[in-house]
This record gives sequence, C-alpha cells and structure tokens, in this order.
Amino acid sequence: MSSSNLGGSPAHQARDKRRLPRGWDEAVELWADPAVVPEPADVEVPSALRASIEAAMGRYPDPRSAVLPALAAAQRVHGWCSPEAFHQVAAVMQVTPAYLASIATFYDMLRTEPVGERYVYVCTSVACHVRDAKAVYEAIAEQARDQELEGVEVREFECLGACDMAPMASVDGRYVGPLDEHDARELVAAIKDNRQVLPGRGLEDSDFTSPWHDPDIPIPKQPEGPSIPPTTSAS
Amino acid sequence: MPETKILTDTIDEPGLHTMEVYERLGGYRSARKALFDMTPEQVLEEIDSSGLRGRGGAGFAMGMKAGFMPKGDIEKYLCCNADESEPGAFKDRLLMQRNPHLLIEGMIIGAIAAEATRSFIFIRGEYELQAKILDAAMVEAYAKGYLGKGIFDSETDLEMVVHRGQGAYICGEESALLDALEGKRGNPRLKPPFPANQGLYQGPTLINNVETLCNCPMIIEKGGEWFAAMGIDKSTGTKLVSVSGNVQRPGNYEVEFGTTGREIVEGLAGGPPAGRKVKCWFPGGSSAPVLLDEHLDLPYTFEDMKEAGSMVGSGSVIVVDDQQPIVPLALRLAEFYRHESCGKCVPCREGTNWTVKLLERIDEGEATPMDLEIMSEVQENIMGNCLCVLGDSMAGPIRSMIKHFRPEFEQHIEHARAERDREAVPVFSAGELAASVEAGAA
Repeated sequence: MSSSNLGGSPAHQARDKRRLPRGWDEAVELWADPAVVPEPADVEVPSALRASIEAAMGRYPDPRSAVLPALAAAQRVHGWCSPEAFHQVAAVMQVTPAYLASIATFYDMLRTEPVGERYVYVCTSVACHVRDAKAVYEAIAEQARDQELEGVEVREFECLGACDMAPMASVDGRYVGPLDEHDARELVAAIKDNRQVLPGRGLEDSDFTSPWHDPDIPIPKQPEGPSIPPTTSAS
Repeated sequence: MPETKILTDTIDEPGLHTMEVYERLGGYRSARKALFDMTPEQVLEEIDSSGLRGRGGAGFAMGMKAGFMPKGDIEKYLCCNADESEPGAFKDRLLMQRNPHLLIEGMIIGAIAAEATRSFIFIRGEYELQAKILDAAMVEAYAKGYLGKGIFDSETDLEMVVHRGQGAYICGEESALLDALEGKRGNPRLKPPFPANQGLYQGPTLINNVETLCNCPMIIEKGGEWFAAMGIDKSTGTKLVSVSGNVQRPGNYEVEFGTTGREIVEGLAGGPPAGRKVKCWFPGGSSAPVLLDEHLDLPYTFEDMKEAGSMVGSGSVIVVDDQQPIVPLALRLAEFYRHESCGKCVPCREGTNWTVKLLERIDEGEATPMDLEIMSEVQENIMGNCLCVLGDSMAGPIRSMIKHFRPEFEQHIEHARAERDREAVPVFSAGELAASVEAGAA
C-alpha cells in the first residue's frame, strides 16, 4: 500500500499526511522476532544508568512505578528512547520493550525519534497564543534552519506554566521570556555556542525581574491584529 | 481591593527555599502542633471547619475528601498533584519554586489527617528547576528527621518521593495521575471507586493540589475559623490567581474570594493595553467557558462563576482583548485538547479531532454554516459522556465561544469561503489574457 487516500480536499490530505504517525499505513513486520523480556546477563547496560534505574525502582512500593524516571535517564544517556535504550531499560526492569514503547509514545518529553539531545520547547498554548507566540516559534525555527542548528529538538509545546513571561520558551529546562521574533537569532546562536541563552531573562536568574511589574520598563507594544467586526453577545 | 497575602506573604524572602530561612520565619511549627498537640481526628476537624476547597480545579472540600479515607491499619498514601499543566496556570510553580518547605509541611499535615505513611509529589517534567528545588528541600527535611521513619522523633512514619512526569496534561487528572504513578500510560479510571477507597496500587489514597496542601500549615496554626472568616459563603480563604493573556501586568496575585473579576484583571493586572477592551476572558484556565466584559463585575467565587456559566477551576484568568480573532483562538484551544486527549474514551478522542478538523475547514474556506451546527452538536455529544472531564474542558469553552461570538464565526466562514473562491479562479484582464495567448503561441 503506497500513498493513502483519506478523502477530503487536497489541503486536508496534505495536512493529514503531515500529522499522522509514521508507518500508520504500513503492515506490521510479521517475520520479526517477538521482543521478549531480555535476559539480564545478555544485555550490557552502562553502570551509571543501571544504578540510576535500580535506585528509582527501590523508591516505590511497586518497582514498575520507576518506568518514567528510568526512561528519562536512558534518554539522557542515549539522546532519545532508541531501541537500544528500550533494550537496556527492559533488561534492568525485567519488562518487555513493547511495554516501554507504550510509555514512551504517550509522554511528550520522551523522544521516540533521534531529533536531538537538547530541546527548545516554544510555548504556543492559549495564553501565549494571544501574545503572538506563533511568530516567535516560526522565527526560532527559521533561525535554527538558517544557522544549521544540529542535535537540538525545536518544537511547539503546550502550556509550560510561565504565562507571566509570555511568549516564552524552555531551553533544556531553563525558562526564558518574554520573547519576540528578534530574540530568535541570539537564542539560536547561544545554543549553538553552548552559551547561556539570553542571560538575565531566565526565570531562575537572580537578576530576572518580571518586566510587567517594574514601572521603569516600558510595556512592549502588542502586535496589531486584523480588524474584527464588532461582536454582539447572543441573547 | 488589594491583595490579601497569607500564602505568599513571605514569598520574596531571599533563601526561603532553604530549611534555615523557612524555620527562622516560623516554619514546621504547625507540623509539630498537628503531630504532638492534636489527634488526627482533630487535624481533620480543623481542616473541615476551614471550608478549604480544592485549589486544583475541582473545588471539592478537602476536609470531606480526607474524611472518606478508611480508618485502620492499612497502607495509605498521600499524593500531591503538582502536574500543573492547565493553560494559564502558574501558581503552583511559584509556590514550589520559592517555598517548597511550605508544601512539605502541608503534606506532613495532610498525611497526619489521612493517616498516610507514604507520600508522592507528582510534578510535571517540564518544571525541571522547580523539581530540583523540591528535591533539595526534601533532602533537607529528611536530614533533619522531619521525614522518614519516626518524623520529629515521634512514632509516625512518612516517606516522600518526588516523581517527575514526562509531559502529559492528562496526568493532572487525579485517576490518570495514579495510573501514571503506577508506571502505566496516564489513562483516567472509572469512578466510583474513588481514590479514597481504591487509589494508588489499589490502596486508599488522598490526592490534593499543591496550593490546597500549602494552605494547611496556616489553618493548623491559626485555626479553621480564621480561614473561614475570609472569602464569602462556601468560597472561604484566599486564592492565588494567575492572570495572563492580553493584560499589562501578567502574574500571580493572591486575593480573597469575593473580589470582583474587574479588580483582579484591571486593578491588579492592569487590564488590556491602552486602547483595547476585553473581548472575553477565561475565569479558570482554558478549560473554563469564556465570559464577557460584563461578567468581570461578578465576585470571583466558586458559586458566582458557576452561576454565570463558567467555573473558578484552578483560578487561572486568561484575558483576550478585542484584537484577537475568535476562530484561531478556538482552533488553538481545540488543538491543545486533541493533543492531550489520552484516547481512552470515544467521545473525547473523536470529538476533539472532529472539532479541530471543523475549525480548520472554517479557517480554510471549506465550511458552510452547517459545519457550525455540526460542531455544536459534537460538543453536546462529548459533555458528560467520558471517564474524565478533558473532553468537557474543550466542549465547554467552544460552546461558550459559539454562544457569545456566533456572528463572528459565521462571518469568518463566509469571508474564508469568498477568499478561497477568489484564489481558485484566476481572473485575467483583457490585456493579460492576450499576452498569455501570445506567449503560448510563441
């Protein structure tokens, strides 16, 4: 089965093609061996990773609760939740790789493709959307392409819980904001050079003050939107 | 009415996240009082009399919820829901980042009331900084013997684990949180049975939001009646409100229940930028049905917001000004819920997808007025038909947007169709047509 015809207009089909998971219209590999619980003796696991997973397993009444910390640790070692990462975690936790895949495909921060060891999550959720976050994301994505940024996952993300510095982004856990399109070049350059991104504008920076509360800092002009016909509240 | 700072009165104290400063300012006195000067029943009684309602979204009375926990010698758990992912909410972030010991003390008191011996803080993975701070605070508490075996040298045990999520809004729903904590995909469960009877690992579990637990030390110190004296009727105490969107001063503001929306949005947060007006606002995060400018004069309480057709929820106010078109806002909202739907229940999984597709059709000029009717019907079919309220959280706001802004939706449908028709049919002037014929012949 080659290209799939899902019906709908050409615009719709193009959108669906972009959005659907890879391989959804391909048959399962029936000839592959089943991925069973690996024999602990057969799998080489880096000792630091093993120690981390076993420590996590010991903290809970049920060791399976450690699957999230375990996968996060494996992702830090391998850069993403690769088949090798699954194999190693499965060997330590004594579960099937399929079970781990079911967990990794559910949670957004666990990468199931090798898109990069570092991340830039640009929030485009509702509160940031009304402050033009989409333009900020597009500027950052464009700069990432232009400056040939590698090994970094740049993506739109849902609400990161920093609407007071909207629009904002999380660079490997460091929240920076408020951003506008002109910050994109410096942001990407700093990541590329392994420098701190936008010093003084991170949430945890000791010199960070919310611009909105400092009377001396002028409030930036909000972007002009399209003119909307007057609305009436339906009675 | 200015802010009433009882939760956040010391929030700007440098070093508050350390044990030393926290104790210097009077920390852990309430925990000792609850442990040594009161019985668990008395602690429960005090929380009950305060009328403290859940601050995470459901607004269920904490005293009542804790009272559902069975008595007896069984392993009981306390979970703190720190998976703050509601768009517009960033209050728990403030509390955990600046005052983690307040949360730990609140959990100790909650655990005493529920007679729980193991506790978990489920914090969202994106809060890497806050999780680190919480980890450090927990280590300090263990080092001083405030957690672990025999806390404060008493007979009571309390273990605590900080568990990081990895990016899923649905894990903020209590039963999905329990599933995620157990090491599964975060799917909600059928309730009843409720977590108080069958929760984590099928044992009795008390789950509370960060802000709810942070209120407990004060209630024990100053009494439930002192807390209940603030606010109005059944909405007692204060609320940490996160104001965001098109306002001049986004941020967290702590106000007494009963303060009007206008005092919060325009008074404290400065209102929309100069020259703009409030088009609509979400009183309780993006899951709350939208209200209009006129509703800003209502008191901000659980009852009044409910009567107006919306809800307080997590107390996150998102303000939208009149420069924002409604259809892209509705689309962004629907996309969020479609992305975060866990997929277990058909009405939510399919309904969120349908809503996004219908809104995309509207935006791209492929819709007719009938699509708006279909979209309304889809929202009705989602509401109340799923195991959790994620679907309802999309259906409520979308329904309210259609109700308040129907003319704008209809205009958008027409304009977009006209735009598409114009683009589809190339229009040549006589000169252009002649030139293109000539070019083709050459």
